[in-house]
Amino acid sequence: MEEKNSYTINEKNYRTVKLVKNIFIYLILGLWAIIVLFPFYWMLLTSVKSYSAYNSEYIPSFFTTSPTFQNYIDAFSAVPLGRYFINTIIFTLFTTLIMLIVIVLSAYAFARIDFKGRSVLFAFFLSLMMIPNELVIITNFVTITDLDMRNTYMGLILPSVTSVFYIYLLKENFEQIPEELYKAAKVDGTSDLKYLLKVMLPISKPTVVTVVILKVIECWNSYVWPRLITDDPDYFLVSNGIQEIRENGFGRENIPAMMAAVVVVSVPLIVIFLIFRDKIMEGVSRGGTKG
Amino acid sequence: MNKNLKGFLYLLPALLFLSVFMIYPLIDVLIYSFEEGYNFASQTYKGIGLYNYFYVLRDPYFIQALKNTFIIVIITVPVSTGLALVIAYLLSLIKPLRDFFQTVYFLPYVTNTLAVGLVFMILFKKTPYSDGLINVLINAFGGSSVDFIDGPYAAKMFVMCFYTIWVVLPFKILILTSALASVDPNYYKAAKVDGTGSFRIFFRITLPMISPMIFYLIITGFIGAFKAYSDEVALFGTDLNSAGMNTIVGYIYDMLYGDSGGYPSYAAAAALILFIIVLTITCINLLISKRKY
Repeated sequence: MEEKNSYTINEKNYRTVKLVKNIFIYLILGLWAIIVLFPFYWMLLTSVKSYSAYNSEYIPSFFTTSPTFQNYIDAFSAVPLGRYFINTIIFTLFTTLIMLIVIVLSAYAFARIDFKGRSVLFAFFLSLMMIPNELVIITNFVTITDLDMRNTYMGLILPSVTSVFYIYLLKENFEQIPEELYKAAKVDGTSDLKYLLKVMLPISKPTVVTVVILKVIECWNSYVWPRLITDDPDYFLVSNGIQEIRENGFGRENIPAMMAAVVVVSVPLIVIFLIFRDKIMEGVSRGGTKG
Repeated sequence: MNKNLKGFLYLLPALLFLSVFMIYPLIDVLIYSFEEGYNFASQTYKGIGLYNYFYVLRDPYFIQALKNTFIIVIITVPVSTGLALVIAYLLSLIKPLRDFFQTVYFLPYVTNTLAVGLVFMILFKKTPYSDGLINVLINAFGGSSVDFIDGPYAAKMFVMCFYTIWVVLPFKILILTSALASVDPNYYKAAKVDGTGSFRIFFRITLPMISPMIFYLIITGFIGAFKAYSDEVALFGTDLNSAGMNTIVGYIYDMLYGDSGGYPSYAAAAALILFIIVLTITCINLLISKRKY
């Protein structure tokens, strides 16, 4: 009888310990979630506060009773935010598209065409992955300036269209497709290009999609190269636009309008992320590092 | 068609772009760094030597940038890796809301650093109209207001490191979460049968099992932190030298372009110094990880 009692007490103790432990875990995780989410909440909140309301709050309030969309109108009319947007979309689309063509062709050559010196060349490509961008950007800046391509889309796009890492990723994927398919296609007289487009690409679609999404994120957030290569606001991308708005737009103190611009810039990627969450997280864990 | 020719044709676009924008620049940057007194307008130089390196190493702005970069590296790499480990481990212990937390934690990865940096600036900045939210919080706990954006060096460095950690954490949490999930559950079962405590399980089983991933994160973390730049611009604006918050990469770009620009030789020398520092630290990291495991 006594033994049974001590057992139930232990069981009870165990449960309380577990409960306390769980509360503790959720508390810490919740705290970090708040730290992550708070800046997003704050930018949304500030972007709907009116200019006068914002500036009269010595102690910022955590909510607003009279939201206004005036700041969003200002963001598009007082500074060429729309223009920055279109530029970024053009830049992202073309960079991604040209990159796809370049990397698909190379990955195919490395995976299926048995040319002389293939493995040596591939090793050389891999070794290029170690070269930091900062080392080559100086000459690229000079090259693009000499080619008279500053403040053009070409100048923005061309240096960003190859990625050795994505060639590697795609090549690995192509190699997993059974070679018998290739041989059968050859017997049927299918050309390499047709085989690549009709068989290889559809099978490798998940990897291609991952690459595209990662590249789109990279393009949307790119700042350093566009800043070097453009000083004409007509060719600014959103990152440079945000920086320009911060230093010259709206007059320095119109923070609500600034936040409206920040919301507009941040929303597209957040939407893409929420749609493709699993693909993005899988792709990033397979080899994306930020920056 | 000849196989060699075909292979070459398929690789042609990549070879073309890589030669123009990667291989040629690599050689060119070395040449730049040794050309003394290079003039950007006339594209002439006076001689060959190490002057550019000496100039950069004696430049007070470079010393400041070096100091800032090292502080950022030394603080953010261990703190962010440790924090990511704690969060990923706690995530692995729960079931309800796990997906929700994972999604939230990943958000900073997909946001524009420049844009969100502006929000951080507003939260921390002290203006004539308002002390800013963070200062209101500090006041509530009895402290006095500090201007984190234009104020004392330590305060600026604090925001800088805080923002950097905020930005790099999603990647680290993601990697460690999948590393933790890939540990064979049989080890845990065996340990449970033996009555091993959870602390002991964590340090004797979990940590050794995921240590390759932790080392991977430390190495990539070092490399990334040494290249810090956009986050600084986001918080302190493009004129980082006058804010005293420049980094090595910022110094390179300032030498290349902008009000203080037009000196590709100095930029090249600084870029090579950065490359040597990163290479050395990566090698040391690799050596340590080899010896330990």
